Formats: sequence, C-alpha cells, structure tokens
Amino acid sequence: MDKITSQDQLKELQESIAAKRDPDKTCITICAGTGCLAYGTQKLIDSFQEEIVKRNLQDTVELRTSGCHGFCERGPIVVIFPKKIFYQRVGLDDAPEILEKTIGNGEIIERLLYENPVNGEKLTFEDDVPFYNKQMRLLLAQNPEIDPKSFDDYISNGGYQALAKAIGSMTPESVIQEIIDADLRGRGGGGFPAGWKWDATRKAEGDVKYVICNADEGDPGAYMDRSLLEGNPHSILEGMLIGAFAIGSTEGYIYVRNEYPLAVENTELAIAKAREIGLLGKNIMGSDFNFDIKIVRGGGAFVCGESSALFASIEGRSGEPRAKYVHATDKGLYDKPTTLNNVETWANVPLIIDRGSAWYQSIGTEGSKGTKIFALVGKINNTGLVEVPMGTTLREIIFDIGGGIPDGRTFKAVQTGGPSGGCIPAEHLDTKVDFDELTKLGSMMGSGGMIVMDDRNCMVDVARYFLSFLEEESCGKCTPCREGVHQMRLILDRICAGEGKEGDIDTLEWMGQAIADGSLCALGGSAPSPVLSTIRYFRDEYEAHIRDKKCPAGVCKALITYTINADCTGCRLCVKPCPTQAITGEKKQLHVIDQDKCIQCGACYEVCKDNAVTVA
Amino acid sequence: MENTIKSIIDKYEGDKGFLVPVLQDVQKELNYLPREALDLVSSILEVPISYIFEVATFYKAFSLDPRGRIQMQLCKGTACHVRGVPLIIDHVERELNIKEGETTENLEYTFETVNCLGACALGPIMVVNGEYHGQMNIAKTSRLLKKLAKESEKSEEGKS
Ligand SMILES: Cc1cc2nc3c(=O)[nH]c(=O)nc-3n(C[C@H](O)[C@H](O)[C@H](O)COP(=O)(O)O)c2cc1C
Ligand code: SF4
Ligand code: FES
Repeated sequence: MDKITSQDQLKELQESIAAKRDPDKTCITICAGTGCLAYGTQKLIDSFQEEIVKRNLQDTVELRTSGCHGFCERGPIVVIFPKKIFYQRVGLDDAPEILEKTIGNGEIIERLLYENPVNGEKLTFEDDVPFYNKQMRLLLAQNPEIDPKSFDDYISNGGYQALAKAIGSMTPESVIQEIIDADLRGRGGGGFPAGWKWDATRKAEGDVKYVICNADEGDPGAYMDRSLLEGNPHSILEGMLIGAFAIGSTEGYIYVRNEYPLAVENTELAIAKAREIGLLGKNIMGSDFNFDIKIVRGGGAFVCGESSALFASIEGRSGEPRAKYVHATDKGLYDKPTTLNNVETWANVPLIIDRGSAWYQSIGTEGSKGTKIFALVGKINNTGLVEVPMGTTLREIIFDIGGGIPDGRTFKAVQTGGPSGGCIPAEHLDTKVDFDELTKLGSMMGSGGMIVMDDRNCMVDVARYFLSFLEEESCGKCTPCREGVHQMRLILDRICAGEGKEGDIDTLEWMGQAIADGSLCALGGSAPSPVLSTIRYFRDEYEAHIRDKKCPAGVCKALITYTINADCTGCRLCVKPCPTQAITGEKKQLHVIDQDKCIQCGACYEVCKDNAVTVA
Repeated sequence: MENTIKSIIDKYEGDKGFLVPVLQDVQKELNYLPREALDLVSSILEVPISYIFEVATFYKAFSLDPRGRIQMQLCKGTACHVRGVPLIIDHVERELNIKEGETTENLEYTFETVNCLGACALGPIMVVNGEYHGQMNIAKTSRLLKKLAKESEKSEEGKS
C-alpha cells in the first residue's frame, strides 16, 4: 500500500475499503481476547476455519476474530453479524452445528442462547442482553467489530479520521483546548485533567518531548487496559498521535505489562502497519509533524506504574519513584518534558476530537465526564468489562448489569480502586460512581477494578491481602512505606491468627495515617486505605476477631471450626478429599470431623452437596 | 550460551537502556538467569555486574534460580483471592512440600503465584506450562496434581 499523504487520501482509502465490503454479509465474530482464549477458544476458531472451507462458504461467510467483547463470564462468545445473533458458552466443537443450522438454515440454536436470569427468557440478539444494553459502550464499541490485527477493519470504522481532523484543520493549541473543554480526567487512577498536562508539556522548554502510554495495569483485578490495547490497538496509537501533535512531541512509548503478550503482539503489528502507511514516521499525512512509538515491556513490578518509576524503568534502571517537586511535564523521561497518560485516557482522545467537547461534556456528572470501564469481578454473576457513563450507581452496575451475587449469597462489599482503594458496604450501593463520590467514601476510582464480595469474604482478610501485596511491591526506598506497611501487616496477621489485642485497631489507624503522610510516592501514600476503609465500615468484624476470637465470614483458619450438621446424608463424598483423614462415619450415617486432625483446609466444605458442612 | 546472549544483545543494538528486555529474552531462552549469563551480559553490554544484580532482583519476572520442568502459576489477583485462592495455595504447598515461589529439589515443579492474568471470569486460575485451568478448587487441584505426577513418572521411565 502507498503512504497516506493527505486527509483526502485517507478518506479515499476508507471509501475503497468500504466499497469492497458488504454490510449485510454474514460475519461470524469470535471473541479472541485473553479471557476467551483461556477457555480454549483457539480450537473453536480453527474448526470454524476448516469447516467454512470444507463447506465452500468462503464467499458468503466471513470469519472474524476480535478482541474482548467484555462478557467474559459467558465465553466462548460467538456473535453472528449483521443481526448480532448472540451465542454464549459455545462448545469448542460447535462450529459444524452453527454453520449447518444457523448459517445454512437460519435456525437459532436454543442451547447457545443467553437466558435472562430474571424471567428465564431466552434472548437471541446481543442488543437484548441486559449485560450489554444497560451499558454505554463508546471505548469498547469497536472491540467486537474489528479484528485487532486488521488495519482495514479500523480504517473502515472511521479510524484515524480524528487524527486527520486534528492535523488538517486544527492547531495544536485548539486540540489542547478541546481536551480541556471536554474535561477529560486521567483514567489511570488520579483523575488529573489531561488537557492541563498536555498544555504544561507543550509550554515546557525543550526540543525533545515525550508522550507515553501507561499500560502497566498493576491493579491485580483490573484488565480494561489490556482489553483496549489488545482489542483495538490503533485507537490507542491514534490517541497518542493526536496528543503528540498537540504537545509537539516526536517520540512516544507504550509501557506494557510483561504478562500481556497478546497486547504486545497486537500493538507491535499495529505500529508496523501504521509506519508502513505513513501514519507513524516523518511528515505524517503530508504535514511537518513527525512521530514514532516504541514498545517497552515492564518487568512485573507494581510500582513501575507510578510515573517517575516508569520513567526509570524505561531508562533501564530499577523502578524507584522520586520525589515530586519536579513535574514530569518539565522533567520526565530522560529529564525531558513528558506527558504520561493511561491507556483508557488515550482511547478517549479520538472520540473527543471526532465528536467535539460539547458532546463529551453531555455525558457523565458535574466533575467527571464521559464513560468509565470497570472490571466487574469476584462474587458476581456476570464477570466482565462494563462501560457506563460516570454517575451510574453501584447498584446498577452490580445488580442490573452484573446480575447480582451468585449461589444465593448476599452482597457484602465492593472493593474499588485496587490496592490503593477501599471497600464500600451495602448501605452505599446507591452512590453515583465518579472520581469525587468514591473518594468521599474513603475509596477511589483507581483504574476501575470492582471486586464484589459476599458474606463469605472476610474484610480483615481482604485488608491483609492488599497489605501483603503492597508490602511485596513497595520499592523500599522510603521507611514509612517499607517498614510501616510491614508492621501493619504483622498486626493483621496476628488478628487473623486469633492473637489480636485491645488497641490494635487504634494502632492500625494512627500508623496508617503516619504512613500516608510520610511516604514518598502514592503507593505508600494510599497503602493504608484498604485497612482504614474496612475499619471504617466493618469495625465490628475486626472486633469479632480481636475480642471474640471469631471470623464471622468463616475465612481465617485459626478462628474457625468445620463441623458436620444433621443434614449429612452419609454420602462419603468428603471422606477422601480430606488430606488428614479427619472425617469418619458409616455409609448413610452422620459423619464427624475429628477436630484434632482437622487443618481447616476447606476440602469437605467444597465437595459437600447437602450443605452439611458448617464453618463457624 | 555466549552466542545466544550475543545475538539477543545484538537485537537491541547493544543499547544499555534495553537491559530489562535483554534479561527478559535471556530468561526466556535459558528458563532462568544463571550467573554465567549475567556475567556475559555485564561484559558485553559493559555494565557493572552489581547493577545487573540490582535490576535482576528488583523485577519479579526474573529468577536467579533454576526452575522446574513443570511450571505452575496460580493467580493471586484480587478476584481470584476472594474466590478462595489461599486455600488452594495451602493445598499445593502441602502436596508438593514446597512453599510458594519455590522449586522442588528434583527440578520437577516450580510453584509460583502471579497477579491478575486478566481472565478473572475463570478464577481461580492455574496456568501449567502455559495451559489455563479455570475455576479451580481444592478437588480440581488434587486431580490436576495427580495427573501431573503420573505424567512425570512416565517421562522418568522413558528416560531410564
Ligand atoms: C504505585 C502506583 C501504581 C500505578 N499504576 C498505574 C498503572 O498501572 N496504570 C496507570 O495508568 N497508572 C498507574 N498509576 C498512576 C500513574 O502514576 C499516572 O498517574 C497515570 O499513568 C497518569 O495517567 P492518567 O492521567 O491518564 O491517569 C500508578 C500510580 C502509583 C502511585
Ligand atoms: S512510598 Fe513505598 S513505593 Fe513509594 S517510594 Fe516510598 S518505599 Fe517506594
Ligand atoms: S484476579 Fe485472577 S485472573 Fe484476574
């Protein structure tokens, strides 16, 4: 293909691709995001490919492998365009049947349809599925519609038009003004206005300026950045290109977690293609704007998501943060003016330039505009990626979209903000989710992880989990974080082991405050949040551990006993899994657990089909 | 080994800034970072060995010890944690008689925990030599370990 040297040429290219495509042609789209691939979807893809050839359907049926559709709970997912027939939990050898019945005879396969859990109704079309139709998908909209490895797919969906608009008919200043007017706030956690950052970097002195995309996604329970980069890499490149044009930068980096090989692969391909076609490199679209992007893989350290640590890591050093009296916009990577934004922040940019700040302003709340993608995970029926306008309530997200709590259990708390965030209890389910409201509740937006917990989750244990995560991830540079988090974790260990003392809660509280105040970077600064927020809302649970030596949720091993109740049918299912042979009893008779032998491994609880094992 | 490392470093044009990717690639080739390899990287890239150690020990992705033939990675991300991963960790540790992060003496198994693999819907997730096993619990872990033990016995027999 020739290089694109003008806005008109891009338009022509788009039209020529569109002309070759028939929007009414049947297209079988298979989700090939990391989640679905983990179900073994590659086998399904291969079998579709084979069967299509075998049945000589190449001319009438198109096969597309796309990025993550978001409804990971129901994978493998197959959507048949143009009607968007929605098949879920598709078997790995269902391809022949789908081709035979649905493609061949227009027959719907009942078994593969999604059943509305509320009324048992089988839903045929994706647009009818509540998980999707209650969302507002702007950033994720294209994921199911394009093959991330196909440049043509992105172009035919209007790709790079926003870049063309920026270069062709806007000045760098007016692009920045548009982003400022849109009130785009950073999606990586802090919520800092992106436009201001761009403006400061543009105005900073220096001939070399950097633009960086933060795809380190360290929050252990969030994966929207991965899905965007993996499913629609060109949209991130386009965002960065627009940013670089506005800022006056010629070099960009994408810093991506090493654990995301597919994201790296797809992004590398996208960069190569963009170079080939002249969208990266010199004189982009015939202008005097030059820009190129390199990918850097992270080394698996949470702290490297922090801006100054990230710069250190790109420079090949170990990722230790530095004090923030110098702004990255003045001295960032290699001490040059730098703009660092999160993947999702970059993904918003082409939309804003394309549709204008007034449109963007119309979505969201007073202080938080646009949509936000959440990774809805944990004890939730519909695990997946959910994109909603800012201001949607927790209840809508968890119950209307997420389908509530599985196994008839009750909602206890939702954890937002990752290791820097906090747990929000049921009484605040009607909170409208945006940057400011979550902060008021003692949690934060963070990158958008939303971990739902039920009555079988212990809040002390969850707090301890985050602390030990942060203890491991602390870079160790400053004492409050390195030693303080460790000491807090030891106290929590004691509490969970049944050795809590009166006064422990107070100690945790003042220590947490001291760590927050005294740490150099935000890792230490927010490390105590999971503890402080659980104390705030679940103090009684801490007290139960300390005073009554009980774990009400039945999690902390030292404080629980497993017993078998009268519902036991003597089925013997639990006898063999018990690693210490603690369970005895005749067939069809009530069984008993020898408490001296029991090591609280939970194996019996897990296998019992009659709810006859009780934990208390 | 020397040639392997030379060719990796060549790929990055001998640029010191690419130390982390160089080490990543070396580990991919050799399964871990042996001392000789680090010495070679040090002399070819002309960076002090102390500096390489600092970087290699800072980042979790690097291992300075040999790793087992069967590599088990259990996701310890938040979503998996709240779905009962701690019980599975205890179980694997008990069965293999090693702690999380360790390798069995016979170099058969390495058991590691990792942070979110981005497939939370399938949590708890165990990855064995790259293959995903979803919705793990204690019973399924037992079965998986038994199967692996059987396979490793077979391969032992094959060798002798
Ligand atoms: C310990 C720590 C870890 C962080 N991890 C990430 C991360 O994984 N991804 C991210 O985008 N931002 C992360 N951040 C926030 C970044 O420092 C930075 O604020 C952000 O990338 C800026 O982009 P934004 O304004 O678009 O959000 C982290 C911050 C801290 C203190
Ligand atoms: S607060 Fe923690 S992570 Fe941040 S610089 Fe200090 S020790 Fe390192
Ligand atoms: S927390 Fe285990 S896959 Fe996300």
